[in-house]
Amino acid sequence: MSNRVIGRLSNLKTSGFQSQNYPIAKSQMATDRIVGIDLGTTNSLVAFMQGESPVVIPGEDGLNLVPSVVALDENNQPVIGNAARKYLTETPERAVYSIKRLMGRGVDDVQQELKFFPFRLAEDLQAGEVLRIKLGEKTFTPPEISALILRQLKRNAERFFGAPVTKAVITVPAYFNDAQRQATKDAGRIAGLDVLRLVNEPTAASLAYGLDKKQNGIVAVYDLGGGTFDISILKLHDGIFEVIATNGDTHLGGDDIDNLLITIALDDIAGDLDLDLRRDGEAVQAIRKAVIEAKIALSSQSSVKLDVELPNGKRYLREITREQFEQLIQPVIDRTVGPCKQALKDAGLKPEQIDEVVLVGGSTRIPKVRALVKELFRREPHTDLNPDEVVALGAAVQANILGGGSEATENMLLLDVTPLSLGIEVAGGVTDKIILRNSTIPASATQFYTTQIDGQANVAIHVLQGERELAKDCRSLARFDLKGIPAMAAGMARIEVKFLIDANGILSVSAREQRSGKESEIQVQPSYGLTDEQVEGMILDSFDSAEEDFRQRQLIEARNETATILAALEKGKKSPAWGHLTTDEKKKIAKMEKALIAVNAEDDYQAIRKAIDALNQGTTRLAELMMDSAVSTALKGKTMDEADMGEGPTAPHPMAKADFE
Amino acid sequence: MRAVHFCEACGKVQPPAPVDYFTFFALPRKLNLDVPSLEKDFYELSRKLHPDLNARAGSKEQEWSLQQSSLLNDAYRTLKDPIKRTQYLLRLEGVELEEQSKTATEQARSSGEIKKQIVPPDLLEEVFELNMQLEELRMQKKTGEDDPALIEEIGRQKLELEEKHEALLHELENRWKVWDGMIQREHNGQPVSEEERRQERDKMVDVLNRRNYIRNLVRDVSEVLEN
Repeated sequence: MSNRVIGRLSNLKTSGFQSQNYPIAKSQMATDRIVGIDLGTTNSLVAFMQGESPVVIPGEDGLNLVPSVVALDENNQPVIGNAARKYLTETPERAVYSIKRLMGRGVDDVQQELKFFPFRLAEDLQAGEVLRIKLGEKTFTPPEISALILRQLKRNAERFFGAPVTKAVITVPAYFNDAQRQATKDAGRIAGLDVLRLVNEPTAASLAYGLDKKQNGIVAVYDLGGGTFDISILKLHDGIFEVIATNGDTHLGGDDIDNLLITIALDDIAGDLDLDLRRDGEAVQAIRKAVIEAKIALSSQSSVKLDVELPNGKRYLREITREQFEQLIQPVIDRTVGPCKQALKDAGLKPEQIDEVVLVGGSTRIPKVRALVKELFRREPHTDLNPDEVVALGAAVQANILGGGSEATENMLLLDVTPLSLGIEVAGGVTDKIILRNSTIPASATQFYTTQIDGQANVAIHVLQGERELAKDCRSLARFDLKGIPAMAAGMARIEVKFLIDANGILSVSAREQRSGKESEIQVQPSYGLTDEQVEGMILDSFDSAEEDFRQRQLIEARNETATILAALEKGKKSPAWGHLTTDEKKKIAKMEKALIAVNAEDDYQAIRKAIDALNQGTTRLAELMMDSAVSTALKGKTMDEADMGEGPTAPHPMAKADFE
Repeated sequence: MRAVHFCEACGKVQPPAPVDYFTFFALPRKLNLDVPSLEKDFYELSRKLHPDLNARAGSKEQEWSLQQSSLLNDAYRTLKDPIKRTQYLLRLEGVELEEQSKTATEQARSSGEIKKQIVPPDLLEEVFELNMQLEELRMQKKTGEDDPALIEEIGRQKLELEEKHEALLHELENRWKVWDGMIQREHNGQPVSEEERRQERDKMVDVLNRRNYIRNLVRDVSEVLEN
């Protein structure tokens, strides 16, 4: 049933955001809404600050979590989230999940992933090119696939606000390197979002926690998600959230546990049935679905039965006890210990000095993980906020701060760090570190370069990220060519190169020849990543068509509401309450009805809304009278739902599903 | 005087002035520094300069905010750490610490030899002995027959070295007192000779070098012990 029944009736319904949707939408039309987005490996969410507290915006299906799954339907149209999940088992070659694992990575880095994930790389991929994944016959880069997820979240938010959303804060794993961050920012741009800030996930979580706690002390955030692990240690001081140290592994999470269980199942099947299913996408996905369910169940049960139907008609049955499960996953979760110890060491702290430990990410629901954290930090971890939602809520808090703040976020400021050292390759293939890891960002470093031969016009700089001594063991970020150095004798030029890591953790470089004062031109060749031109070409909707899209959707929704209110009015006219109205009232209603029908034929959704509102107001008394008769009907033994007035529209209606009764 | 970071009247961020880190915080070039008070200043300035709090300002102010807050962070990171602070001051005084170690590194690389570090004379004998023992332990570890007594002996020496490392920080702090006194005298209008300045600089460079040497030694010992 629609929430938009005529007159006061809609106001009588108390629950849900939709009944309050209009006033909110109207008052916020003018100001730009900034949303907070958690773009997760397994699930993604969008949240915003409603008054003084952050809330998650549900999708059309009413669910907060949008699975990070993208599929192409029969007509090659992208399907995202819950709706895309069925394609994973039905047409696995047309669906993709865990795309976050491929963000900002090259062909060479992903060989390990390809063993465990059904990513189908494009066959014509050239070395050094950004990865492209096949979905059906089409290919997409990881930022494009992420952009489809972001666009879905953007639409969910727009539906919620009834206004376009163009600005967002997006979270990334704290341990993401420059290329992975850049790829995330590109995804935002492709989705038509102005990414105001990339925030580290554990830090975002601490903001959500800090909002109602407001106390000083040292906090450790242990964030084990679907595909990434982060540990961050923060100092909270009168609203300042200062990250002291962070560490992690961008390829460690619940996915690894799933893969372990899948491998065991496939081995079982190969051994006992002599059936090799590794290349059978559908069967693997069916097994994957079953092991994920089993994994989740084992957090609350002591044993679980796996039951999967195999292509040969047989069933794969296996009982797993929690004890067995815990033994199995021990090596996976033990991989979080090293980063935790390193972070403590970098922070110069002993476990006893940590005041609070916060758990983030779905994988922290596993009792064994909780036990490990308790042992590492010698205290009971906090779990009061939903570990799936806390990052998105924190992103919404940060969005609010960037938007100028409110009473709740007053005095709140996040001081984050760069997770990896930034270095330059020097003679002998050695990394010369110029900004050390855990430096508060923005951070900068200045280096001086000179020429080796007379009249040399170019100098090449190779920028690296990582902790290793040798350049080849670090992550290559980019090669910069300084061009247009004025002709001078060898060693005479003095080129000042400034490296700046901004508040997103993204590097920029500028150079100046000091003797001539000439700005040197810098040509950047990102080692992995899209060029600006490529991103431009990928943008899903230019701003104009986004506006047009939005207008179209608004128009459809407004017309649906017209249908609803007119249908309700027809019912009203047939009800006994109609007879209690004065002729004048009836005349007025008829006039407004006519006006609505007229304007409904036009393309101006705002005018339609206005006419709906007018009719809504004009039928207030009718609604009240109907309510009275409904109550008396109820007293006669009928329920409200059975009463005529309660029936909703029959027209297809995008709002209807999100009804709150 | 602290450099002007933001407009006193309207609170808007100003372009960064080309100042050194001490001036940025309106501090004299002294080495004994009240770190808690520096932290307070850092927080206070962060609340004005950080890009998050200037996200709605004009594009020019956003750019200034980025530059100013990176300068603030760089300055705070350097000054709060006693060793980095000393190194930075010495560099301001014209001592090219980095150049020295860079030249040594590059020389070592081109000749293929291990980078030479001058062994502090008072450690000469001890280091010689320790290196012999480390070599012996490496050999033993290769054959898998490590001698617990040797490990214990090396562990004991490691502890001693760590104590020395700590003691050198105190020695450095003593040098700070002399340096700061000198700066204060200058401030009071009493001239300080270039020779005196140089001597004090050299003494600090010496302590830093020795400390650095011991730190590398401890790192080597830990590596052998942990492997």
